[in-house]
Amino acid sequence: MASSRYELRGLSRHALDSGHWLLAAFAGLLLIWSVAQTAVSGVLDVHAALAFGALIAFGELLRLNLPGDREAAPIATAGAMAYALVLQIGATPMRLGAAQVIAVTALAMIVGALPHLAVGRPARITAMSARLLAVACVAATFRPLANAGLIGSRWWSQLPVMLALVVLAWLLESVVSALIRTDALRTRFGVALGDELRVQFPIAAATGASALLIAFAAEVMGLAAVAVFAAPLLVTQVALRRYAGIRATYLQTVRALARVTEIGGYVETGHSARVSSLAVAIGRELGMAEAALLELEYAALMHDIGQLSLRDPVPGGATVLVAREEQRRIAEYGAEVIQQAKVLDAVADIVRRQSDPCRPADRSQPPPLSSRIIRAANAYDDLVGCSADPYRAAEAVERLQLNTASEYDPRVVEALSRLVTPA
Amino acid sequence: MGRLSRTAWLYIAAVIIAAVIVVTAGPFTAVNWSQIVALGLLLVACETSATLVSPRGLAWSANTMASLAAVVLCGPVGAALVSCFTLLSLRRGPSAAQRLFNTAMYTVSAYLAGRAYLAFGGHVGTPEPSSFPGLIGPFAVAAVVHVAVNFMLVHTVFWLTREESTASNRIGLDFKLWLTDLGYGAFGVLIAALWSVLGPFTPVLVLVPVFVARWAVAQFAAQQRAYEATVSALCQAVETKDFYTRGHSERVSRGSVMIATEIGMRPERVGAIRYAGMLHDVGKLGVPTSVLQKRTSLTDDEYAAIQLHPMRGLDIVREIGFLDEALAGIMHHHERIDGRGYPMGLAGDEIPEFARVLAVADAFDAMTSDRSYRGARPVPEAVAELRKWAGKQFDPAFVDAFVTAIERDGWTAPEAMSAEEPLRTIESL
Repeated sequence: MASSRYELRGLSRHALDSGHWLLAAFAGLLLIWSVAQTAVSGVLDVHAALAFGALIAFGELLRLNLPGDREAAPIATAGAMAYALVLQIGATPMRLGAAQVIAVTALAMIVGALPHLAVGRPARITAMSARLLAVACVAATFRPLANAGLIGSRWWSQLPVMLALVVLAWLLESVVSALIRTDALRTRFGVALGDELRVQFPIAAATGASALLIAFAAEVMGLAAVAVFAAPLLVTQVALRRYAGIRATYLQTVRALARVTEIGGYVETGHSARVSSLAVAIGRELGMAEAALLELEYAALMHDIGQLSLRDPVPGGATVLVAREEQRRIAEYGAEVIQQAKVLDAVADIVRRQSDPCRPADRSQPPPLSSRIIRAANAYDDLVGCSADPYRAAEAVERLQLNTASEYDPRVVEALSRLVTPA
Repeated sequence: MGRLSRTAWLYIAAVIIAAVIVVTAGPFTAVNWSQIVALGLLLVACETSATLVSPRGLAWSANTMASLAAVVLCGPVGAALVSCFTLLSLRRGPSAAQRLFNTAMYTVSAYLAGRAYLAFGGHVGTPEPSSFPGLIGPFAVAAVVHVAVNFMLVHTVFWLTREESTASNRIGLDFKLWLTDLGYGAFGVLIAALWSVLGPFTPVLVLVPVFVARWAVAQFAAQQRAYEATVSALCQAVETKDFYTRGHSERVSRGSVMIATEIGMRPERVGAIRYAGMLHDVGKLGVPTSVLQKRTSLTDDEYAAIQLHPMRGLDIVREIGFLDEALAGIMHHHERIDGRGYPMGLAGDEIPEFARVLAVADAFDAMTSDRSYRGARPVPEAVAELRKWAGKQFDPAFVDAFVTAIERDGWTAPEAMSAEEPLRTIESL
């Protein structure tokens, strides 16, 4: 599909990248080692293993997709983390080995993933491996300390260690996901890590706190704690799922409504979709963060909405061929429309300044990076359209490059040329 | 609470006096002051982050969690003392009188919950593992008493000030609220249980997942609002094509919602029909502007172009993943009950329900607003017209529902347009 060809090119080049395999292989080895180890030494406290395993499997079953194509399983993570940190169930002290924690977690995760496989949804091995890795880290650090009696017996000595490990797990999972995303999407690692830490923070806080609560409450309530303290996570999860749903609908709606300009004959079919996917690819290439990329995508989709105010469509919809004054009026009107939504002021500003040259003659403030990206992507698409002819693409890039002195941002054009001309 | 009757003031004073008596009378033997302060701070945190659930200032917070934990840990008097911390909440909005009443109300309900807990054999103090199954029963009674007393005290105020709104969904909303209150209340027993292992750090740890849950709910609500605002802005952009239909989508959406609510549609479907109303005419974009704005009668070709607009609309919105019903509504909103509509010529029950609702609201707004070929008609005349065509063009049940709703809630027709007003968006740009 034309709308995603830039992302696809990025993905296909890296899809079989070593990083994914390394992670999955490591998780596999971990599974085999921990199961073998547990089989040799015997399972300690079968009831607890089953209770925590059930919670982890349940959480894995309820895994959810967050915006930005991220997978999370807060309930499973909290359960596994709690199992790694539990010191006492009722009056019985738990002297679990790290291997048993990892084995129970891994097996329960597989059990929880089975129903998804049964209905034909793919298992996301990479995301599952990253979650297992974080739990394994916590277990491997905490269990030896706890079993050697180095943690102390009161909450003020136990809690700091546990808190530190929960934070560590959050950092570790973020780093691993950021590495994977850098690979798959051609983002920069620093940018991806920032995005990851931000997105994961509230979920990590909730899962971490729930894990600690379960671990401590098990001492008083026994295994009932496992079910009880997973309850608020269930609420969080339902809300996040609905949030992700409405985010997706939002994007679909803007995509669909951006096409009104095509149906009205103002622009060529597929223009807004192509400009937005090219713009997002350029933005990513230039190291923009996820929130900014989303704004860029909205702005690029709606960049031509101002044309609705024209009585007669521009021939072929190619705004690059229209007088500067006219372009500015279209941009201004489009921004006005978007501003009415009151929640997209940044997007409106991007759209407003899309027709400004990158170095204004009157030395006023240059337009924001997103506007410069849309300007170049739009010009490129007006010249090339849906044609796949490499000569035409090269010619268009050359024409943009000739105008980098004042019209187009040289960095943007350079990124664009890297994307559209095969290396 | 500005203009209250004397009875209302007497009632409020009575509640406050009761609270003062409860707090000052004691006995303070079971009270552990450090626990009271820790739980009080928890309550302040909950109150401060309360979410507003109605424009009248009815807010909802997780404070039952703190007062019910206090019931177990410090007994009825302790619970009442903890509830007094409501006065310190940092939430802006409630007036001094409201704040005082809220505090008194929570104090009285916490005290009564504590008495109920004792009456049903509950034991006051930090629970041990051994006290567990036995503690649940009395605690559940206490939680129910707390929520019930709260409910009664609040609703007496509403009743005395005659603020009780007529909307039928009030009870539903209340029920949900009190259920959530009970849910938060259940955390009270958990805080009490954890006190022996985590001490005063318990409230902090318990608050985190609860707050994240609420943050997630708020995120969802914010995104939903943003979505609605954006859809409506884009619809207005589409309307600039045809100056005479400015605000039309918004009004059709409003009218459809009135009908849908009147016939008792489920809330999700009402939501879907609201979007369907907003988007029902996007297909008009495919119709040349000159045809839409024509002041004389249309040729056959032009009429055919107009007849195609519901299909074009469907083309645009098909990829939006919301209810299929809304799509069907958009596609068939120009069908007629007698089968003489377009684009498919469906008749009677063959026409999707959404489309029949939209048709009524659409025609009504068209009649009550200016068009290029005639001026707006007054509302009573349009109602008579709807009734006249009920059974031929419209579904009579929906016409009846719409008329009932208009008679009760009224209808704001668009302002008349002055002849001189330039077609700014089209001519001057």
